[in-house]
Amino acid sequence: MQQTEFLNVVLPFKDKLYRLAKRLLVSKEEAEDATQEILMKLWSKKKMITGYNNVEAYAMMMTKNFCLDRLKSKQAGNLKLVHSNYKDENVSLQNQLEVSDSLSWIEKIMEELPQQQKMVLQLRDVEQYEFEEIAELLGMSATAVRVALSRARKTVREKLVQKHNYGIQ
Amino acid sequence: MEFNNIEKLLERYFEATTTVAEEEMLREYFLREDIPLHLKRHAPMFQYFSVAKEERFTKQVPLKPRKKSYIKWISIAAVSVLVFGIYFGRNYQEQREAEYAYQETRKALSLLATNLGRGTEKVAYLREFEETKQKIYNRN
Repeated sequence: MQQTEFLNVVLPFKDKLYRLAKRLLVSKEEAEDATQEILMKLWSKKKMITGYNNVEAYAMMMTKNFCLDRLKSKQAGNLKLVHSNYKDENVSLQNQLEVSDSLSWIEKIMEELPQQQKMVLQLRDVEQYEFEEIAELLGMSATAVRVALSRARKTVREKLVQKHNYGIQ
Repeated sequence: MEFNNIEKLLERYFEATTTVAEEEMLREYFLREDIPLHLKRHAPMFQYFSVAKEERFTKQVPLKPRKKSYIKWISIAAVSVLVFGIYFGRNYQEQREAEYAYQETRKALSLLATNLGRGTEKVAYLREFEETKQKIYNRN
């Protein structure tokens, strides 16, 4: 497999890998490093890739595992994640919508969710994956995915309402 | 239009029983400007998802075309050549040392032999002398 061919395979989903990594690792730099790592791993396994019919699912799985490992070793090393980049992305769109505060709130609310719910919400509401795909990716049953998703959505709704009320008072 | 419809969809959305297509409808609906007040509090959530999906991975990934494996094989070859070289080199060295020792021993032995030969010559003279002496004694 040549470099251009590889890029054509990887290009459609590399942003998804990055967004999942960023959701889990929070920091932009960490997510970039993780994505780069995953793409390089894929490149080194490019002979195997041709055998997979769903490279995207495989890559997403790799990203998930990689990020969870990262987080685990971080906790063990007692290091805190640095995240100071909430508002730098998509400034124009946020201004256009005039709800920039609410949007960064949601990002923070999602950060506070349990890891599993975080991933389910990311995969479903941002990436629009089907329940079966999410179930396979996360090693859960489709019903469990549904329950986790419902909980995550409700938590976001409640916290958002809370924050709105505080804002008013 | 579809307040009721949207409300129903929202309800099912929070129970996670909507399909991807229905969620797409919700997302599109909440991107609009004219959302009724009682639904407005849900808007940021859906807007956030749309915004979050726009995020891109822009870093360049350095992909090295195969060089790595070449280097690996070359290093393996080099190491094996080195190991064989040392092994056979040592063998050769040992052989040469043994030959040298053999030559030296031979030299030493031949030296001994010549000296011994000279010694026996002298003894031959001595015997001659002895015989002559005996002859003289016998005559007397």
